[in-house]
Amino acid sequence: MTLVLDEAGLAQAAPDKARAIKVLPGLTDRVFRAVAYAAGGITVAVMVAVGLFLSLRAGSALQVAGLSFLTTRAWSPEKQVFGVGAVLFGTVTIALIALSVSLPLSLGTALLLSEVVGGRLRALLVTLVDLMAAVPSIVFGLWGVYFLQAEIIPVSLWLSTTLGRVLPMFAVTGVDGGPLADPSAFTSSAFIAGIVVGLMVVPTQTSIMREAFTRAPIGEREGAYALGATRWGMIRTVVLPFGTGGIIGGTMLGLGRALGETIAVYMIISPIFDINWQVLKTGSNSVSALIALRYGEASDFGLSALMAAGLVLFILTLIVNFTASSIVARSRSGAESNG
Amino acid sequence: MADTALLGTEVTALGTTLHSDKETPDGPRRGVRGFTPRQLFDLGGSLVAATALTTLLFGWFLPLEGPIAWSAVAFLSFLGLYALMVSIDADRQEVTDRVVTVLIGSAGVILISALVFIVVYTFTRGSEALFHPNFLTQTMQFAGPLDPLSVGGILHAIVGTLIQISIAIVITVPLGIGTAVYLNEVGGTFARFVRTVSDAMTALPSIVAGLFVYAAVIQVITRQRSGAAAAVAITVMMMPIVVRSADVVLRLVPQNLREASYALGSSRWSTVWHVVLPTARSGLVTAVILGTARGIGETSPVLLTSGITAALNMNPTSGPMISLPLQVFDFVRSPEPTMVARGFGAAAVLLALVLTLFLIARALGGKAPGELSDGQRRRALEASKRDEQRYLARAGRLDSVDAEFPVPTEKVTR
Repeated sequence: MTLVLDEAGLAQAAPDKARAIKVLPGLTDRVFRAVAYAAGGITVAVMVAVGLFLSLRAGSALQVAGLSFLTTRAWSPEKQVFGVGAVLFGTVTIALIALSVSLPLSLGTALLLSEVVGGRLRALLVTLVDLMAAVPSIVFGLWGVYFLQAEIIPVSLWLSTTLGRVLPMFAVTGVDGGPLADPSAFTSSAFIAGIVVGLMVVPTQTSIMREAFTRAPIGEREGAYALGATRWGMIRTVVLPFGTGGIIGGTMLGLGRALGETIAVYMIISPIFDINWQVLKTGSNSVSALIALRYGEASDFGLSALMAAGLVLFILTLIVNFTASSIVARSRSGAESNG
Repeated sequence: MADTALLGTEVTALGTTLHSDKETPDGPRRGVRGFTPRQLFDLGGSLVAATALTTLLFGWFLPLEGPIAWSAVAFLSFLGLYALMVSIDADRQEVTDRVVTVLIGSAGVILISALVFIVVYTFTRGSEALFHPNFLTQTMQFAGPLDPLSVGGILHAIVGTLIQISIAIVITVPLGIGTAVYLNEVGGTFARFVRTVSDAMTALPSIVAGLFVYAAVIQVITRQRSGAAAAVAITVMMMPIVVRSADVVLRLVPQNLREASYALGSSRWSTVWHVVLPTARSGLVTAVILGTARGIGETSPVLLTSGITAALNMNPTSGPMISLPLQVFDFVRSPEPTMVARGFGAAAVLLALVLTLFLIARALGGKAPGELSDGQRRRALEASKRDEQRYLARAGRLDSVDAEFPVPTEKVTR
């Protein structure tokens, strides 16, 4: 009985069912959406245009050179002999030297900012590190050429005479294979360029690492202290493990910037088209410096070859950056779920 | 820190109540920041000892020369001596802690002193050219490489930089903030794609951006290098920076402000225009200024696109138009000392411009979204007082008409 009654009641209540929530945006909203959509679309279009243009224009050079483009160590497009073997090696060398300079500096500074200092001093230091990111690369380049070069040569000389016998990459040898002690053999080297680029990428790395370190959960920090850990003990067992993603991601983002750095490298190195394992010795090269050096005199085909070099550099930095940002993003979500 | 301190006092209080016979609390409280006099003495003593030791060693035993090597040796001996000093009355753990703290601190000191040194070095070397007033008021059109510093200047480069960056800002601001608004306020699958792409765009090497504009704009459309082409190249570099930082700022706008606005029945557009953007105003301005500071110093994209000239060119659509960073680059390519001095002078002007922009950005960007300055707060207070008066006046009027319903029952027109 009741069941029937209920059913009757339901049937009566049927017109009262939940109304469909359907929003019809007004004209202004539709215009707003369209404009915002267009702004996003244009951003994507510019990016796609860069990629497409590079690939299309690089096509004719890549068809001629084929896969040997990645290994050839010469750049004479007019003779159809060209490749990024040597310049790619130089790019990676300079970027790795830059990383070995910037990693200790940025790791230390990030720990200093997140764990050691506090209050106004921290705010001031954060501002200064951010300011360093805004200093134009040409200013770094000038400093590298006119100041650092003269000051660093004695250090290079010492490194090559003491470590050169043990580690071949620090050796500086002449044509006959004997070690060189002439200071002029140490100018314009990948080592000097690497130091300058390293200083340039420190702010990027520092800010990513600091962000990761400050996110280490307070409970674990206090737990470590409560167990009697010193500050370094706490950092080693709590902050660094939680910040691993930030350290790796920040380092790789810095690597991406170091790979693409142009003007400071161009000002410091003396360009060569050979693989130079001796990083302290004069002569290195990088893809971006090659483009800056050769674009002016390039024929149509030469420009296509430069485009191909630019494309290789772009793909390289893209891979490095995407890996870095996915590592940073993953470490972020992990920290949140644990906290 | 505050939590630890609180915990400490609680424990102390507990200790004294439970064991009232105990005079001292449960051991001294641990501080994790700051220095004790003993630690300062260790630091200072090791520093003095290391300086003395290095000066002694340097001339006699070590085959080294130059201030950098001196600093390196001094630093290493400082670390050793400091570890020794601390280990006199501390265990291994504490020695490690102290030494690592010093290492962390010295990374910061090295970085900041490098920055200060680079800035001071540029201004010192640049002052030689800057002391000549003609340096800022003349162009290099009638000045040769051998002319003294009292002839010629960088007016053309300053004007070129200002024109190029203005064009770039005019393109970047609507496009960059529009994209950021799209990412935050519209959303959806395509927005995630746009965010990924603009993140990828920050990886674009500046020289490749220049090469792209050279091939796509100069070779196809304009057929000549010009200020406009350089501005496009700068835009390509600035866009991702502005999009990313504006995106972060808009994400910080509290969600309940948006919901309050929607609850009042406003449309998406009026929520964005009257709530989201005003709330994030200072952050957005900071984003644009930081992007500008980055764009103004870009050399390599401009190198390929703007062309080099010694004359003043006010027309961005035709003829080469040089900018400050490129002018620096061009000056220091010459071996002449006066040209190098001019290069440092131009670099000092560029650096001063960037520092000014940065300081403006900091002054504006110190506030969180929605945080008001004193003047803004006063105006908001006045506005709400006026509103209150208006409501009271209207309520009073309604009272006299219909005393039974003191609540205003005006028909809502919507």
